[in-house]
Amino acid sequence: MSTAAASPRSAQAQAFRDFWKRFARNKGAVVGVVILLAVVVLAAVAPLIYPQSPWSMVQRPFLPPLAVDGFLFGTDTLGRDIGAGLVHGARISLLVGIVSTVVALTIGVTIGALAGYYGGLLDDALMRFTEFFQTIPNFALAIVLVAIFQPSITSVIVAIGIVSWPPVARLVRGEFLSLRSREFVQASVVLGQSNLQIITRQILPNTLSPVIVMASLMIAQAILLESSLSFLGLGDPNTMSWGYMIGAARTVIRQAWWMSFFPGVAILLTVLALNLVGEGLNDALNPRLARKGR
Amino acid sequence: MLKRFCTLAALAAATALTAPAALAEEPKSGGVMNVVIQPEPPGLMLGVTQNGPTQMVAGNIYESLLRYDTDLNPMPSLATAWEVNEDGTVYTFTLKDGVTWHDGEPFTAADVVFSADVFLRETHPRLRVSLQHIESIEALDDTTVRFTLKQPFGPFMGIFEVGTMPMVPKHIYEGTDFKNNPANNTPIGTGPFKFAEWERGSFIRLVKNEDYHVEGQPYLDEIYWHVIPDAASRAVAYETGKVDVLPGGSVENFDVQRLTELDNSCVTGKGWEYFAPHAWLWVNNREGPMADRRFRQAIMYALDREFAKDVIWNGLGNVPTGPVSSKTRFFDDDVRQFPHDPDKARALLEEMGYDGTEIRLLPLPYGETWQRWAEAVRQNLQEVGIEVEMVATDVAGWNQKLNEWDYDLAFTYLYQYGDPALGVARTYLSTNIAKGSPWNNVQGYANEEVDRLFAEAAVAFPDENRQSLYTEVQQVLVEDVPVAWLLEIEFPTIYRCDVKGLVDTAIGVNDGFVDAWLDR
Repeated sequence: MSTAAASPRSAQAQAFRDFWKRFARNKGAVVGVVILLAVVVLAAVAPLIYPQSPWSMVQRPFLPPLAVDGFLFGTDTLGRDIGAGLVHGARISLLVGIVSTVVALTIGVTIGALAGYYGGLLDDALMRFTEFFQTIPNFALAIVLVAIFQPSITSVIVAIGIVSWPPVARLVRGEFLSLRSREFVQASVVLGQSNLQIITRQILPNTLSPVIVMASLMIAQAILLESSLSFLGLGDPNTMSWGYMIGAARTVIRQAWWMSFFPGVAILLTVLALNLVGEGLNDALNPRLARKGR
Repeated sequence: MLKRFCTLAALAAATALTAPAALAEEPKSGGVMNVVIQPEPPGLMLGVTQNGPTQMVAGNIYESLLRYDTDLNPMPSLATAWEVNEDGTVYTFTLKDGVTWHDGEPFTAADVVFSADVFLRETHPRLRVSLQHIESIEALDDTTVRFTLKQPFGPFMGIFEVGTMPMVPKHIYEGTDFKNNPANNTPIGTGPFKFAEWERGSFIRLVKNEDYHVEGQPYLDEIYWHVIPDAASRAVAYETGKVDVLPGGSVENFDVQRLTELDNSCVTGKGWEYFAPHAWLWVNNREGPMADRRFRQAIMYALDREFAKDVIWNGLGNVPTGPVSSKTRFFDDDVRQFPHDPDKARALLEEMGYDGTEIRLLPLPYGETWQRWAEAVRQNLQEVGIEVEMVATDVAGWNQKLNEWDYDLAFTYLYQYGDPALGVARTYLSTNIAKGSPWNNVQGYANEEVDRLFAEAAVAFPDENRQSLYTEVQQVLVEDVPVAWLLEIEFPTIYRCDVKGLVDTAIGVNDGFVDAWLDR
């Protein structure tokens, strides 16, 4: 009994070790994971290191970095602590990145799966619908959506989700098209499984690897989109974000470089880390593809 | 009384004459001045169009009977002397002799009667309101005009500013369709500068009026008003020396400090005394906690208005004590004071039992300065425990929300035009509560006492009586805090230090070029 229970667990552990081995072969990916973990930890402990609101005007304005103890990154045009803005901004960036990606995946996977599995007219209809969204530039559509819904954290997330799903839909559709004629799917049909069961239990799990890789890149893309919207003043006016910090500091960039520099570096590092991790995941999940590339 | 006014006029004339001497510098004649105009005016016929940029350019082409110094005392312009009867209902102006229009025709009392009684009554909505107090306007002879009022009207001596009552030529406009007269494209005034050419989208050129009625003036040969649509480009034009003057509001606030730190660069907040832009937060008196006076007082204590002035407005302007700007007549600071005192704010909130209801804050969508200001105000209010949510908006949304009273707190600023009866009363009279305008009694404040005081003060005579009524109304209003007064705004005029005598009156560059000269 005990051996029977232990063996799947050890098999899982073994699978994870293999996965990690392949992932760790890409040094950049490991660096990405480290940076990303640091950002996540900072975001998590933000209320502990900066208990005050990042909007609080705590010191004199235009304080350069390191000029006063405790203000490592200086203050902005109103005397708000840039350090507090950075860690609180990390929460918003990660939140928007992850939630809007979940939104995009939900829409994209559903549409892609239906189109790829059923084919025919439904496929045509759904793909034309997808192309309709693909022809409109992402950022322009996001701006319009946010402007219509009034800028708030919810409308930003929804807007980014809505503009990001088409590539997911096309990817999932492609995978479904190639998998639906395989033997294991035919076997499931013979076994009498319903369409829903075949889609969710048989085909979907086999499409996950490329979707996961894509998702990690989509989070990065979403963070960039959120920052761009906030930079233009279309972010939620009640949440501190990196894009907002750069947008507000843009006008004084000649007098106070640090106000836009640090949030800029934060965006750069986070997005870079997500891209590196995405590449590592690609190596680990599609080992044959990755080796072909080398 | 009659004597008193004559003395005042003489005194004003004397100051005007001695002012250049006091500088101990002899004005130099000649030179070309380059100025920014933002945005491009829709037209230059000041009697027909009264936009800000039109007033700024055309105020140097047209003139009115009077000018005003920075304390809003009248100075002679086309009128050299004026008298008023004992009960303040008949004003007689003596016009300057030998004044001609730019086309050579003589300027006479008939032009004054035509301008005020016929032309502007039709084309100038703001003046029309004041003209309702006037029974008749008559030319007694070529250089004497008599205004007879229905009853004393306190602000009367303040309506002869060039943007309010510009003199227009009767011989060109009589009997024509004023608004569509082709002559509007080639404005003819009596002012120190003549219209020369207008390259649309590029520049407006004015040239010296050689026959100007003040000997030796103006000093400048030409003025170029440059149209530069982008704020950053305007700042660069000044940096590179293409323009010499950036009138108030033509560059973003955050550029002001950098530009004034350049060599040979000066800045002044003067020249807005007549308009006295007054900024405040509309507080919707109808709803929620804002209906409680203690809540509104708490807001006043919570705001750090000195900080906003110093940090957001680069130290320009004044923190107001109440509804009347310190630049406007009948201002009185003998009112309840609201220093920045978060503890008092918290105590008031505690006393009224504020339950943490969330308040919406609507910023004025006029750019970075106003956005930062809204953020600072939100922070001030949150620090005393008021829950504030900022609402994002554009100009159309801001207008609509105020028109429909769909707001809790909202930023705004309004002009005061030198007299509380013209620019202050309109915000607080209960008769001015009506949906559809963001400029009337938007906050919904109704107080019979205030209505009565304003009504009496507008027609009281002489000024001593007006003062005591206005002092009383200021005290009542400040106690009630119908809106939260934020700042007496000064829009900085940035100019080369060798441009002299430009901003010496209550309307600044709008009529400043008659005295301006270049020390080069």
